[in-house]
Amino acid sequence: MIKDITLGQYIPGDSVLHRADPRTKMLSIVLYTAVVLTVNSYMGYTLVLLFTLLAVRISGIPFKYTLKGLKPVLFIAVFTAVINIFFTGGGTLLFQYAFIRISYEGLGATLRMIFRLSTLVIGASLLTFTTTPIRLTDGIENLMAPLKRIGVPIHEMAMMMTIALRFIPTLLEETEKIIKAQAARGADFDTGNFIKRAKSYMPVLIPLFVSAFRRADELAVAMEARCYRGGVGRTRLRQLEITRLDYGLAAVVLFFAAVIWLLEASAL
Amino acid sequence: MPIIVENLSYTYMKGSPFERAALRNINLKIDDGEYVGIIGHTGSGKSTLVQHFNGLLKPTSGRVVVNGMDTMSKNLRDLRRIVGIVFQYPEHQLFEETVYKDIAFGPLKMGLDEKETDTRVKEAISKVGLGEELLNKLPFELSGGQKRRVAIAGVLAMKPEILVLDEPIAGLDPGGRDELLGFITNLHKSMRVTVILVSHRMEDIARHTKRVIVMNRGMIEMDGKPAEVFRDVERLEEIGLSAPQITYLMRKLKAVMPEIRDDIYTVEEAKKEISKYIGHLL
Ligand SMILES: Nc1ncnc2c1ncn2[C@@H]1O[C@H](COP(=O)(O)OP(=O)(O)OP(=O)(O)O)[C@@H](O)[C@H]1O
Ligand SMILES: [Mg+2]
Repeated sequence: MIKDITLGQYIPGDSVLHRADPRTKMLSIVLYTAVVLTVNSYMGYTLVLLFTLLAVRISGIPFKYTLKGLKPVLFIAVFTAVINIFFTGGGTLLFQYAFIRISYEGLGATLRMIFRLSTLVIGASLLTFTTTPIRLTDGIENLMAPLKRIGVPIHEMAMMMTIALRFIPTLLEETEKIIKAQAARGADFDTGNFIKRAKSYMPVLIPLFVSAFRRADELAVAMEARCYRGGVGRTRLRQLEITRLDYGLAAVVLFFAAVIWLLEASAL
Repeated sequence: MPIIVENLSYTYMKGSPFERAALRNINLKIDDGEYVGIIGHTGSGKSTLVQHFNGLLKPTSGRVVVNGMDTMSKNLRDLRRIVGIVFQYPEHQLFEETVYKDIAFGPLKMGLDEKETDTRVKEAISKVGLGEELLNKLPFELSGGQKRRVAIAGVLAMKPEILVLDEPIAGLDPGGRDELLGFITNLHKSMRVTVILVSHRMEDIARHTKRVIVMNRGMIEMDGKPAEVFRDVERLEEIGLSAPQITYLMRKLKAVMPEIRDDIYTVEEAKKEISKYIGHLL
């Protein structure tokens, strides 16, 4: 159950995507998102799909694993599909039965929606699959640095994000352990009605909160013991560095976006 | 009735890039009333193995049968009652407002009435060497060692026929350690409870258990009486373990006093052997 969540996980590797600078990857994802949201021709869809598959291939992440991340999308997809199909009024009629009316336009809008959502999730997954949380937040902090001048506490926000990301796996592991320990004492999590089931999670939630607070406390002490005192004057062990690889990657992504937008423009 | 493990293999996160074989083709039988120690390097699969005994983990292949019940079956209630598992750092699982309620959690879940539960709670707390005056306290007010005992009492109150303890003494002071192992051994002797003890401390295993299973990389490397297992110091060292300290001392002594025995694994035995040797000299 818990293990089905793949978005946000880092998978060690040594592909081009793993080695690229997080800033390059994040800016690429922004551009990619813009392309995915504006593309509107068969040719465009095909190119986006090919490009996405190619990126997955290059990353070296097993294809099946990437698809697993789409499971939550599936739910949203079905939901929007139903809404779209029923409520897109007008258009060319494809199929009608009682109050169900499926139009050509409604179906098209739904498919476009699913396509966009899936490719975006795959793109975002690729970013987190190939970037450690530390590098990700370093990248964000670096890109947002200009906002510091107008007093936005970028460093603190980035640090909070790093810590949160760092503790997701720890807390998941802890949850699993506590569930097991309580199950061994006869706790039963999946019988009864909704309220009963929600209540049955108390033996898990309370120890989990207690341990989360304990960890937060310990972490704060450990950080202070190592003289952490905010972002001012702080240097880093690992500097972010733009290399030839990043120029190459940026060039490929820019080229891809340019081709698609030119195609779209000429199709109009 | 016994625990029977046949060709058990277990893989964590099967089908993901993090896939990891934790157990490989384990075959094992543990009879009623045995006192078994499980040792092994960290990550060798000890915890994974013991979690199969009450169906918390299901075999990836092979099977586990406890008291004639296959752990793959749907109804695990009886199994959970028969096999009590005390996890590493069990104090982290406390959640009730009072010590009493926490210990009563298991018995009540088993469907016992209040009266029976009450007797069991009181029995359990005294078994772990704590006074009844603690019963109305908040678990979080207790010291670490007291919390540990309360958590163990919570498992004992279910009166398991098979008691599994996964590193129950990690992080306790020497006194607390001996006391805890003492009452577990007592429980084994007085109630004929099958005890399975996972530990990193060879001294404790040598002193308390009657059979030692050595795990290495998800497989059983050795299985036998403590004397048989600890005799093979070289093999233990090869897989990152060791014999009890006292064995090393006896080996050194033997180097200078060839008549002394060095197949000795507990301090008591060593004491006897050394005084015998000294008596012999006089
Ligand atoms: N929840 C889990 N998810 C994925 N892999 C796991 C999980 N728990 C254990 N493993 C892996 O399975 C292997 C066996 O772990 P296990 O916890 O059984 O070892 P152990 O012998 O109990 O070690 P220790 O002495 O450190 O407690 C290890 O390689 C570990 O990394
Ligand atoms: Mg363990």
